[in-house]
Amino acid sequence: MKELIDRLKKIVGDRFVSEAPEERYIYSMDMGTMPASAPDLVVMPASTEEVSKIMEAANAHQVPVTPMGGGLVLSGLTRALKGGMILDMKRMNRITEVNPKSRYAVVEGGTSQGMLQAYLKKNHPELKHSVPDAPPIATLAGNVCIHGSGHLSVLGGYHSDMLTGMEVVLPTGEVIRTGSCSVSSDWFGKAPLPDLSGLFMGWAGTTGVVTRLGIKLFPSYRYNDLLIFVCDDAEDMPDVISRLTSTQVAEDMTPWMTPIPEWARGFMHINIAYGAHSKAELTFKRNLLQMSVKAYKDKKTGGFLPMPPPQKNRYMKIPTPDLVRFADVRKGGGFEYVGAIMAIEHFAEAYRAGVEIAEKNEVSYSMGARIVGAGHSMMFFYAYAFNRADQADMARAQKALEETNAATLEMGGIPWKAELPAQQQIIEKMAPDTFALMNRIREALDPNHIMNPGNWERA
Amino acid sequence: MRGIAVEAIKFDPEICNQCETVDCLMKCQYIEFTDVAEAKTEKLKINAGEHSRVLDECLTCYACQEYCPYDNNPFYLLVERQEQLGLLPAPTPIVTEQLKMMGPKGKIQKEAVTPPVVNMCAFPMLTGSVRGKLFEGASVIVGTDIFCNIMWLHFAKNSTIKERVPKMIDNIMDYYLRDSGVDEMVCFHDECYGTYTNLAPAFGIEVPFKSIHLFDYINDRLDELADRITPLNVKVAYQRPCSNRLIPETDPVLDEILEKIGAERVPRTYDRENALCCGGVPRVHQRDDLADELVEKNINDMLDVGAAYCIFNCPFCMATLGQEVAENGIMPILISDLVQMALGE
Ligand SMILES: Cc1cc2nc3c(=O)[nH]c(=O)nc-3n(C[C@H](O)[C@H](O)[C@H](O)COP(=O)(O)OP(=O)(O)OC[C@H]3O[C@@H](n4cnc5c(N)ncnc54)[C@H](O)[C@@H]3O)c2cc1C
Ligand code: SF4
Ligand code: SF4
Repeated sequence: MKELIDRLKKIVGDRFVSEAPEERYIYSMDMGTMPASAPDLVVMPASTEEVSKIMEAANAHQVPVTPMGGGLVLSGLTRALKGGMILDMKRMNRITEVNPKSRYAVVEGGTSQGMLQAYLKKNHPELKHSVPDAPPIATLAGNVCIHGSGHLSVLGGYHSDMLTGMEVVLPTGEVIRTGSCSVSSDWFGKAPLPDLSGLFMGWAGTTGVVTRLGIKLFPSYRYNDLLIFVCDDAEDMPDVISRLTSTQVAEDMTPWMTPIPEWARGFMHINIAYGAHSKAELTFKRNLLQMSVKAYKDKKTGGFLPMPPPQKNRYMKIPTPDLVRFADVRKGGGFEYVGAIMAIEHFAEAYRAGVEIAEKNEVSYSMGARIVGAGHSMMFFYAYAFNRADQADMARAQKALEETNAATLEMGGIPWKAELPAQQQIIEKMAPDTFALMNRIREALDPNHIMNPGNWERA
Repeated sequence: MRGIAVEAIKFDPEICNQCETVDCLMKCQYIEFTDVAEAKTEKLKINAGEHSRVLDECLTCYACQEYCPYDNNPFYLLVERQEQLGLLPAPTPIVTEQLKMMGPKGKIQKEAVTPPVVNMCAFPMLTGSVRGKLFEGASVIVGTDIFCNIMWLHFAKNSTIKERVPKMIDNIMDYYLRDSGVDEMVCFHDECYGTYTNLAPAFGIEVPFKSIHLFDYINDRLDELADRITPLNVKVAYQRPCSNRLIPETDPVLDEILEKIGAERVPRTYDRENALCCGGVPRVHQRDDLADELVEKNINDMLDVGAAYCIFNCPFCMATLGQEVAENGIMPILISDLVQMALGE
């Protein structure tokens, strides 16, 4: 190990390699329920070249490498399950290009959501990217790698759909590119080439290290507004969502169902965000959204919450502070959610399962969803807050999470950014030849099995 | 002493039968009638508990309560009929969720108070308005456990008013006034004053304390603080709220206040008996087109008369219109804040 450490120090500099116990402790866990697993060391590279050299060294020493961005995935995917090093990407945080006409940005693999958001606001106020509701230190690479979603997902789909290309250091140290940037100096998109980006998305950091990526940008509007639709029958939700998305007007749609505060219990809400270049256009879009669900208004079974502008502001913050606030309800710093990616027609079933599981396990819960695309699917989330210092509380949350994962698969959904037990549940259901192909691909990319080992493996 | 809610709203059908002008409906700004005869036919249907298109088209602006020259409570009766006939003006989930949201939370605790006791209703975020010399020594009471509950008139929910208002009155007495030997309270909002002085008697609810309207309180205070007033010399447009329709006798007091602080209440088209809804309630009723129209009319009217300030006494009107008013270069402000400006506070 000493030899490796010396080699790494030569690559990144003394300050950016650490095997200090306190560092190893901090990097051993995230806020979720997965047990801690400490790395032997933490390394912080500053360039693609450094990442490449680190991978060569790791191969030479057969030491595992776990890439990490903000470490906010919550499902324990950045724990060093088999020791080795955490490759903390946060120093690679440059925004190397913004193309305002073709609307994309190119950022390094450790650039945070907050940095790009602030940079665009300051330098390109006419542009924005799709921001997830994670704390702003979460990285674009970490988020794209897990098929994240955010405030423009109705418009643009999953964040992996918004990817225009990547630069990746393979487990063996070669630097490859996917998308147009592999042929051209422009990072406009993945078409028309064979799409190799899929080799790195959804793999939980087991196939390579993303050192740069291109991401789509969208118009940032001067006028922005939000509607909140309310009804009390979960069975109505797929139809309501389908009607609202049919207008192709919303940027983001996030249903929420929560028992706290008490007045909200039992009601289905959908926040619908949209923007426009003028007030007249904004009103036009609002009317389209309202017209789409007129049948519910006429039957008096649903409608829009009356909300004067000052009250709306709270709901229009990006990222929203509400989830972070909920994450702290039990105090003690524990929070995790199951994101069930599924078809929207399962909404009512998903909601009922959530209430049943939460009540049975007596956990603090909040439920919601993010609609992705024009109703093409949704990320239905079951969020559980727990007190990390209270073992029984944590065990209850863990059990609720496990039951939720099982229920998700049962309904035809798939747990998102699955933690280890959920990965096992998915593998069980996956077509065997598909899983075999995954293993062959991994074998080809990572012959020494050093990339985030333990993940996507049959137990 | 618990006020007792009775089933019926106080009104005399005979007065309506004899009525020749049917001002309650003929003056309505939101529903058209071909002539007095048609208005009368509709009014008599309402009185008889039959369906009338008025029950569907009503904006719940409260104005007919002011228009009736005989204080025959046309608006309270209208809401009663809406509820009896199941004609909810807003979608059911909106109503039921609001009912839960604004319901008493049972968090009230006994507190000693000293006059002036200022009732801030259910709006803790507005208690900062009670400050300075104007409210020197005031005790503030606030929270959903003393919420006046008048808003349910917009939701066809007289039943909620009957159920909750007596409880709120009990709370005000039991938790604040009685033990402190206080028998009067300043109502910061028209809603509360309207509830305790106009709605309660019409609903047969007893009120054991005296309510003082904010305007009366400020008007008297300005006499005491006369030497501190620096006249503002500004033109103000007043956005008169729906609940002031229940208590029109307080409107001239505002004129006195404005005169004392050197503010001119510009004679805009939509003031006094002709006041126009701020647009908030039609949004509750999912009538956004109408709400947009009302907002535009109000703003244009204020601009036409060259108002520098738009003054509000209703926090909901201010929340609804404030941003739009400001975007049009007019400063939105609560009346108490305007007065405090004149007092140099
Ligand atoms: C309160 C809260 C709200 C959230 N809301 C959202 C939301 O709205 N939408 C959403 O999508 N997510 C959300 N999340 C989940 C998560 O925090 C985000 O998806 C976040 O963007 C993940 O990025 P990260 O940098 O923290 O990734 P990490 O946790 O660091 O990593 C995630 C995965 O990607 C791998 N990885 C990281 N960087 C690289 C790289 N450069 N190359 C290769 N692999 C890499 C890791 O090994 C790991 O498997 C939320 C989390 C919290 C705590
Ligand atoms: S309520 Fe008043 S104005 Fe209307 S008809 Fe009766 S008496 Fe006339
Ligand atoms: S409340 Fe207003 S809208 Fe309704 S009938 Fe009376 S005056 Fe007309």
